[in-house]
Amino acid sequence: MTYLDYAASAPLRPEALAAMLPLLERPAANPSSQHVQGRAARAAVETAREQVAALVGAAPGDVVFTSGGTEADNLAVKGTVLARAPEARHLVCSAVEHHAVLDAAAWAEADAGAQVDLAPVDRLGRVELDRLAALLQPGRTALVAVMAANNEVGTGQPVAAVAELSHAAGAVLLCDAVQAAALPGVDMTADGVDLLAIASHKLGGPTGVGALIVRPGTALRPLIHGGGQERGLRSGTLPAAALAGFGAAAAAALTDRRTGATTTLTTLRSHLLAGLRTLAPDLEVNGEPGHVGGNGSTPNRNGVPSPSRPGLGLPGLLSVRFPGRRAEDLLLLLDRYGLACSAGSACASGAVTPSHVLVAMGRGPAEARETVRFSLGHASTQADVDAAVAAVAQALEVLAPAEDRKGSPARREVAP
Amino acid sequence: MSAPQVLVAMSGGVDSSVTAALAVEAGWDVTGVHLKLADTPGHLQVQGKGCCTLADADDARRVAGTLGIPFYVWDMAEDFQRAVVDDFAAEYAGGRTPNPCARCNEQVKVVGLLARARALGFDALATGHYARGEDGRLYRGADAAKDQSYVLYMLGPDELEHLRLPLGRLTKPEVRATAARLGLRTAAKPESYDVCFVPDGDTAGWLERRFGPRPGQVVDTAGRVLGHHRGAYRYTVGQRRGLGIAAPTPRYVLRVEPAAGRVVVGERADLAITTVELERTTTTDGRPLRPRHAKVRLRAHGTEVGCRVVPLEDTAPRGPGDLHGAPAHPHGTRVRLELDEPVDAVAPGQAGVLYDGDLVLGGGTVAGSGPADDRAQLS
Repeated sequence: MTYLDYAASAPLRPEALAAMLPLLERPAANPSSQHVQGRAARAAVETAREQVAALVGAAPGDVVFTSGGTEADNLAVKGTVLARAPEARHLVCSAVEHHAVLDAAAWAEADAGAQVDLAPVDRLGRVELDRLAALLQPGRTALVAVMAANNEVGTGQPVAAVAELSHAAGAVLLCDAVQAAALPGVDMTADGVDLLAIASHKLGGPTGVGALIVRPGTALRPLIHGGGQERGLRSGTLPAAALAGFGAAAAAALTDRRTGATTTLTTLRSHLLAGLRTLAPDLEVNGEPGHVGGNGSTPNRNGVPSPSRPGLGLPGLLSVRFPGRRAEDLLLLLDRYGLACSAGSACASGAVTPSHVLVAMGRGPAEARETVRFSLGHASTQADVDAAVAAVAQALEVLAPAEDRKGSPARREVAP
Repeated sequence: MSAPQVLVAMSGGVDSSVTAALAVEAGWDVTGVHLKLADTPGHLQVQGKGCCTLADADDARRVAGTLGIPFYVWDMAEDFQRAVVDDFAAEYAGGRTPNPCARCNEQVKVVGLLARARALGFDALATGHYARGEDGRLYRGADAAKDQSYVLYMLGPDELEHLRLPLGRLTKPEVRATAARLGLRTAAKPESYDVCFVPDGDTAGWLERRFGPRPGQVVDTAGRVLGHHRGAYRYTVGQRRGLGIAAPTPRYVLRVEPAAGRVVVGERADLAITTVELERTTTTDGRPLRPRHAKVRLRAHGTEVGCRVVPLEDTAPRGPGDLHGAPAHPHGTRVRLELDEPVDAVAPGQAGVLYDGDLVLGGGTVAGSGPADDRAQLS
């Protein structure tokens, strides 16, 4: 079995498992308790807090642990809206944000008197700074949400430039870094991010934990009330073992960053793309996840102010469209041939739905249904890439010739 | 020889769950697929991002997990909307009464899915219909009360060769018992009825929300105005309730004339027909229909009546050895059925299915009907 679905969930890193096991085997303890077991649990939590903060250039005291990236995004969006006066509840979200942001904003619009504008993106999925700037309402805009890098196509965003625009309008910037947290360059302080959302399991930690990093002084109301943990911003007993795994995964990701794992991922991805192109010369790459097929130059953004720090794409992510082949069909066959990847966007039933990200990038719904996302990560190897290419070759062989299945498969007129 | 690769359509109900289980027991290499057919069921999901039948998809997934087979959800909502829902509305707007289940089988669930399964390298598709497929022919299911051969009449020999119907020899109680024996969570799940995309069963209300009011007159056979209605699409041939008129004896809808906005009503006796015309006919053996005697079923659970099958066009008999001339296509022929005895009129748009004993010969869409002594009424 070959696993190229890191963007959905990364395999648990050995370091994370090792950090969790002693806490799972030890007698139960609440990190808020004052006895020796409680203090030990608390120490594990605080170590994790330091490790997570170090990964994203924040202070440990800024870290608010949550149940995951989704809760972090919800806390950021709803907590900011609720902290603002009703007449200052205007939100600007990029059109390619995760549903954790977009649906939280939709809730705020429906139930908390907020107004939401979506900032459009170009064909690569990059937010258009001048159009975003035009949406800002100084004094009224409470929050701007622009992710660090997109989960479906990998395109990085000019976060620092968005932060400048946001701050000039008196808004805070939420940066969803759930996918990008391991990248070099994700740095709260350097980028001027006020709220940063991350998730443990995308880094190789356990599922069920994440964090919202809150720059000191950012007004935020809690959504979960109770014991007052996490400075009152997120009540609930802290899961010490899971957080220890989260912290260990963050530390391992930081080590990877320093040892050039990003370059390795970029190389593996370019091998994967080269292999896929030999099988399907007509394939199209979605987005601009770093330096796919190029020479490392940043893309031309006509008429858009140059950001002080260019956005960083996801080095391990490759979103490709196989024209004329349904992603659903490819995924079934790839699963049969031992390759795990995804269509980029699935609804709650598990069906492949037309991705709002690809549609925002100007793709038609039918094109969006032909997109497959391969995502590599911390344990990926060249052997994985070779196995993936072999599986895709088998799948395409079954589906050839493609012209029989363009469009709907269900067209059969009974009358001639 | 390796086990045949079989795709099983799993709706999340007990029938398709048992179908998958029997396919596994038969030693086939089984893959389950659930078809997401709708985007916006009112009772599910929030803010329009919804997934249809979320609970059904979950049930199907859990059953697949119990059986240890791969399982996928395919989004067929666009196909379903276009081929079934829009067609359903358009048929009513045209004064006909469609059979959406037959249409769905034809366009989406059986023929469409089978083509896709074949394209993916599967040897066959298995479904939970109560009908028997044997020797490449289609027969009634063993459970007369559940028989679904009526909605599969449009299958041809190519489809039947690759369709597996594991429930065909079972009764519904036997299917439930099998589900219970295998510990399938869907064993006691209630039946689904009515049109699946009209969840409250209120077809008239559904159509009215879609079309808005289109008021018109209710008239008798002499053209006298008896009352008024909110939309001709609310009526179907044979309908007795909801006419909104006072009459000494019950009145029935005889005809729906959407262009004129008229609904023609009459006495029960006026409903009697002895001829039916079918269009877009198909045959399960792929050969043209020839003059013969058969039984026809005109409603999903209606009674059957004997009839003389009279092909009306494109009926030049071609023997199996005739490889010359125009290709002999079995589809699209119009036939007239001369009924052995009068039956109540059936609405245009319904399926008419021809049987020889338990064998399904084929069928078509009702184009019109009339009393034998007045062929002029045939549309």
